[in-house]
Amino acid sequence: MIPENLAGDPIVAALADLATTAKFEFEELTIEIEPSKIVQALERARHQLGFERLTSVTGVDRLPSEPRFEVVYHLQSIAGKKRLRLKARISSGVEAGVNPEIESVTSVYKGADWYERETFDLFGIRFLNHPDLRRIMMPEEWDGHPLRKDYPITGTRY
Amino acid sequence: MVTETGNPTGLEPVESPDYEAPIKGTRTMVLNMGPQHPSTHGVLRLLLELDGERLLKAVPDIGFLHTGIEKEFEVKTYQQCVTLTDRIDYLAPLSNNLTYCLAAEKLLGLEIPEHAQWMRVMLTELTRLNSHLVWLATHAIDIGAMSVFLYCFREREEILRIFEMFSGQRMMTSYFRIGGLALPAPRGWQKRVKDFIDIFPERIDQYENLLTNNQIWIGRTKGVGYISLQDMLDLGVTGPMLRAAGLKIDVRKDSPYSSYEKFDFEVPIRTENDVYARYLLRVEEMRQSTRIVRQALEGMPSGSHQAKAPGIVLPDREQMKTQMESLIYHFKIVTEGFRVPEGEVYQAVESPRGEVGCYMVSDGTQKPYRVHWRGPSFGNLQCTSKLIEGTLIADVIAALGSMDFVLGDTDR
Repeated sequence: MIPENLAGDPIVAALADLATTAKFEFEELTIEIEPSKIVQALERARHQLGFERLTSVTGVDRLPSEPRFEVVYHLQSIAGKKRLRLKARISSGVEAGVNPEIESVTSVYKGADWYERETFDLFGIRFLNHPDLRRIMMPEEWDGHPLRKDYPITGTRY
Repeated sequence: MVTETGNPTGLEPVESPDYEAPIKGTRTMVLNMGPQHPSTHGVLRLLLELDGERLLKAVPDIGFLHTGIEKEFEVKTYQQCVTLTDRIDYLAPLSNNLTYCLAAEKLLGLEIPEHAQWMRVMLTELTRLNSHLVWLATHAIDIGAMSVFLYCFREREEILRIFEMFSGQRMMTSYFRIGGLALPAPRGWQKRVKDFIDIFPERIDQYENLLTNNQIWIGRTKGVGYISLQDMLDLGVTGPMLRAAGLKIDVRKDSPYSSYEKFDFEVPIRTENDVYARYLLRVEEMRQSTRIVRQALEGMPSGSHQAKAPGIVLPDREQMKTQMESLIYHFKIVTEGFRVPEGEVYQAVESPRGEVGCYMVSDGTQKPYRVHWRGPSFGNLQCTSKLIEGTLIADVIAALGSMDFVLGDTDR
């Protein structure tokens, strides 16, 4: 549900049918998007709302709450001097034997390529239809995804 | 993370696609450049596929300097994390300190005294000079101009001495803290900074005398390393690369932070969009930064170097000896840190390399729940293939140098 005080905002209004909720905190607008509609939302943000730059893509692990992962997209409109944060919550799926996954946005912003690889590497979130999804920071043969909250910080092996 | 049962995440490892050798009938050579190659300025590895001297394909490989800094943010208290930010982009430590502190201060709702804000601006601009000097030095030595390196490092030494005077450290200063500055400015800093900026514009002229009209320099850099502005925007490039392509974009002007709106400076623009233009642009940026430092020096407001925020900022040493409350605050801050209200912020700062961004998520405890560091070098390096494919191998060196990346910033 989109809070009433934000319903009149043109950016929120343009994305309202794809969004689950929105908030405006610390002078920053965050809109949560349904994960299955993330590509559509970014397309609209880019072509209708003029957010021509993707600043970054990253993840947040909310263990133990469910849905566990947040995929966070930061957008910038250079001409409008505005920034926007889009967020999609996806469930971990590890227990059910599937991977946390979301559609890649490289078709909208080419620059998402490395950011999605990084998020895949460090969180284990699969980006579907990514052109070259492999590890970028860790060695190829590495087990596990270090930025997950259940990844040990100390240990004898690493 | 490997246990007896194997991979605990249950994810399949992703196969890396084999590096294809294309080309009909001709034989090409794959050259491995780096991670130890001097012109890759750190540990960038490039796989280059060459047809004679012409570059057909380039695949950058990063991650050799990955040190898990983002993970480490999650186990340190907010104030301890400042020291990590220095080590991300080790050529612009104070720009990183500033980004991190501003993000945390936004969450805390702290008001920073004007004196501290101006001091931050002055030192961040000195950092920009420092970083650009190292860039010019190494870029010139890559292309073969040895003496520029020595001159640039002579001035850089002066800047590092100023940093040492302020913080006791030459490179990893950690001088900005959440709530202000770590220490009050040292006695006699004005003279030191003034001596430097009085002489520095002359020194920039010296570098320009050596390079700007130098036929070899022009031959090696003019018309080299072109990449269209649209490609750069698509691939996430920021900073001087964009400005050398004619786009007036600078976080200091677009969304001013730390009192930048009170300073009078230009954002230089070039339109040629080649290695030479990037060189001229950064030289002009050095002049502008000198201007900002001079304004900060001359108009420095007096006041406290830290915000009035007991419980966040360490109490005065003298007060601790007489006031019980200060002693308690000191004990609490040092042993357990301070709590930061729940929320998430993104703070962007114009570092010498482009937009550095700190996305900070707080869950209301003493440690950041998640910090994502948007290093400008990471975004900039993404355009490597586009930038150098199709050029001659000698131009690869010049084009890479013009990007001014720091691998610590890329790999974190």
